[in-house]
Amino acid sequence: MSTQGNEQAVQDWIRKAVANNDVVLFMKGTKSMPQCGFSHQVSQILNHLGVDYRDVNVLDDMGIREGIKQFSNWPTIPQLYIKGEFVGGCDIVREMFQEGELQQMLADKGIAHETATA
Amino acid sequence: MPMDAKEIESLIKARMPNADVSIRDLAGDGDHYAAHVVSPEFKGKSRLQQHKMVYEALEGRMGGVLHALALTTSAPKE
Repeated sequence: MSTQGNEQAVQDWIRKAVANNDVVLFMKGTKSMPQCGFSHQVSQILNHLGVDYRDVNVLDDMGIREGIKQFSNWPTIPQLYIKGEFVGGCDIVREMFQEGELQQMLADKGIAHETATA
Repeated sequence: MPMDAKEIESLIKARMPNADVSIRDLAGDGDHYAAHVVSPEFKGKSRLQQHKMVYEALEGRMGGVLHALALTTSAPKE
């Protein structure tokens, strides 16, 4: 994955990744090797729920790392997308998980997961 | 240069004068805080919109000089 920092190519690449995958997590590191506490928390929640998701390691491409912040108008990483919709970063995903809202959203959008609680 | 709690609070209150802001310093290093913001302006807004309002009040510091701010928000109880 390299967009050579071309802004339009970055936004197109992100749009495709978000559109072509039910669940996408833009994170620092990978789902098996997160490299930031916040990214680790969100990937851990998704792993705990048994959700199948695509992880995009923003550390691999500075264009993506900055481009995703413009794409969602959200200043930090990680960023979780479900069925093309930006859900939130670490704080929001954790709170949604604790409240059972994340599990409800997954069910509403027909995404396979285990109904584990916090 | 890390931020101090007072600066975070005043930035939020400057943009959201009716907000009640409580900040905890999680690590004592000026870089890891937890903030809870309660404001009538959040009424009817999603959690995502509420957080975006706080980040806008922080004028671009979130994710920059302010690396870790664990944020929770709510509208005041009726």
